[in-house]
Amino acid sequence: MESKSAKYEYIYEKPNALREVKTHYCPGCGHGIVHKLIAEAIDELDVQERTILIAPVGCSVLAYNYIDVDGCEAAHGRAPAVATGVKRVHPDNIVISYQGDGDLLAIGTAETIHAANRGENITVIFVNNAIYGMTGGQMAPTTMEKQVTKTSPYGRDVSDVGYPIRACEMINTLERPVFIERTSVHDVKNIIKAKKAIKKALQNQVEGKGYSFVEVLSMCPTNWGVDPQTGANWVKDVMVPYYPLGNFRDR
Amino acid sequence: MSEKILMKGNEAVAEAAIIAGCHHYFGYPITPQNEVPAYMSRRLPEVGGTFLQAESEIAAINMVFGASAGGARAMTSSSSPGISLKQEGISYLSGARLPAVVLNMMRGGPGLGNIAGSQGDYFQGTRGGGNGDYRTVALGPATVQELADLAVKAFDIADQYQVVVMILGDGFLGQMAEGVVLPEPTNKKFDKSWALTGAKNRKANIVASLRLNPENALEQLNNELQEVYKQIEENEVMSESYMTDDADYLLVAYGTSSRICRSALRALRKEGVKVGLFRPITLWPFPKKELAKAAEGVKKVLTVEMSAGQMIEDVQLTLKGGKDIDFYGRTAGMLPDIDEIIRRVKSYGK
Amino acid sequence: MARGKPEIDKEKCKGCGLCINVCPKNILKMSDDFNKQGVAYATCIDEDACIACKFCAQMCPDMVIKILQYA
Repeated sequence: MESKSAKYEYIYEKPNALREVKTHYCPGCGHGIVHKLIAEAIDELDVQERTILIAPVGCSVLAYNYIDVDGCEAAHGRAPAVATGVKRVHPDNIVISYQGDGDLLAIGTAETIHAANRGENITVIFVNNAIYGMTGGQMAPTTMEKQVTKTSPYGRDVSDVGYPIRACEMINTLERPVFIERTSVHDVKNIIKAKKAIKKALQNQVEGKGYSFVEVLSMCPTNWGVDPQTGANWVKDVMVPYYPLGNFRDR
Repeated sequence: MSEKILMKGNEAVAEAAIIAGCHHYFGYPITPQNEVPAYMSRRLPEVGGTFLQAESEIAAINMVFGASAGGARAMTSSSSPGISLKQEGISYLSGARLPAVVLNMMRGGPGLGNIAGSQGDYFQGTRGGGNGDYRTVALGPATVQELADLAVKAFDIADQYQVVVMILGDGFLGQMAEGVVLPEPTNKKFDKSWALTGAKNRKANIVASLRLNPENALEQLNNELQEVYKQIEENEVMSESYMTDDADYLLVAYGTSSRICRSALRALRKEGVKVGLFRPITLWPFPKKELAKAAEGVKKVLTVEMSAGQMIEDVQLTLKGGKDIDFYGRTAGMLPDIDEIIRRVKSYGK
Repeated sequence: MARGKPEIDKEKCKGCGLCINVCPKNILKMSDDFNKQGVAYATCIDEDACIACKFCAQMCPDMVIKILQYA
């Protein structure tokens, strides 16, 4: 039997850039995982003192209370515009726009496309959980066909409201973005890939390479009305087939 | 810098902003202020600044939000319908205590309206179209020179009090070319330790209008705002009283309307009619004390506006029913008629 | 012969249970009792079997789990 008084060290603990606070996110919500990955990347790239985080309107509206960097709110959908303003004033800072479905693909569609099209040297992290979480579970532009939500009680009817929008593919039609990848946090293998993509996206900004976009498929157990593990399975079984994971562009 | 040059209002205000150290401009085309973004697009690269034609007026005001949060002097311009789009952003700027300058070259409304100059956004500019208990300082220049001078002052007021300053020009002022001596910068410095610059050797800053914790956090912010607005009311009022000391009748007007009134006044005075002109320059804070003083001994007040009557409500509030207040206005970019003003004032004597 | 062990902050745990299914050794289980939030929390039922793979900690959205590795 190995002696338990042998020397040991922590090989996994809280990243420095993550505050020691309990988040308000629901049990099993993907935001906590994504915040953690961003904080780890900030630590590893040693940019905590240079980073400015733009928080959206959505469940992650208080993201700046969890990630310990200069934080800025943005009106719903306008985070890429706010990020543009910040980055144009401080080109050497690392500006992150952290957004959800409604922010990025509904009210903010124009801002999303145009910041990408201009090639603003920012990093956009898009958390896609196929629903509007903060307001109690309404249909999002990313809600799956036949998915039941508060505003699609009979299931999303694509003949009435169209199909879910694929953000990566849409941004991939533009010339200037340098990095576009879709990832997921439904299991550890994909969390590790998501971390790599987020870190690369931030590194691109450190190197001044241009606009980087990372989409992260995530669970929303509360508004999907399922337990967290079932939620994770649903991401894998239903979302991933429609939103293919992988890298679309890596210049 | 003391030579007089001929400049269009829209270009003079842009150059004055640059002189004031505003090197970040975000705008969108809309008549009758298109010369502003065009001028900025040429000049800002010359001074190493940022010009961006945003995807919409909404995006533009939010870019101002970001730039201001970063500690820079930032500006946007538009005209009436575009200013409507910016209302949310203006409310957010106010709640987040961010300085900004917003230029509105007013045009005929409501809705898409027309492209002629008007004063139809007085309510929007002084009462605010965004949500919540906020105020924006609102300035009403009457000449291209004043437009330039007030632009420089606007940035100082914005920075000092951390508020949004709206410059309410009208389409005519923007299009008019007049001789202007470009103002000097004031070179005043303001504390911006709250700005987002990267948290090096300090605690992280947060810029937000959202105040959830503790329970009274938002009330505290609102109390703070009210205190700031009180200070502005005490210190920043601007107005002009022209020939009001012996006046029997008082014209009250701002901007282009005031120039028409001034011409009417000269004609009336030539005929021996004792008429004066009170011209608010800050529309908010409205120069109540100064108007009350100018109206002393006056038999009748005529408010002249390029609208259906908006500033007149502030005149009525200030004079509290103690004076007979008449109104003459034209909407939709139709200029008030000098002869009508003369006729009205003369009719009071009968 | 344990390579390490998870250090679980039971009061921080929200009881989501995502860590349970990612453990390759199946040594995580939700507790029978409740923490101060009234939630069943993750516990390690056989620390000796821990291989310090970090899967549970990586899956956790709330930084509840730290992983110790024995030198």
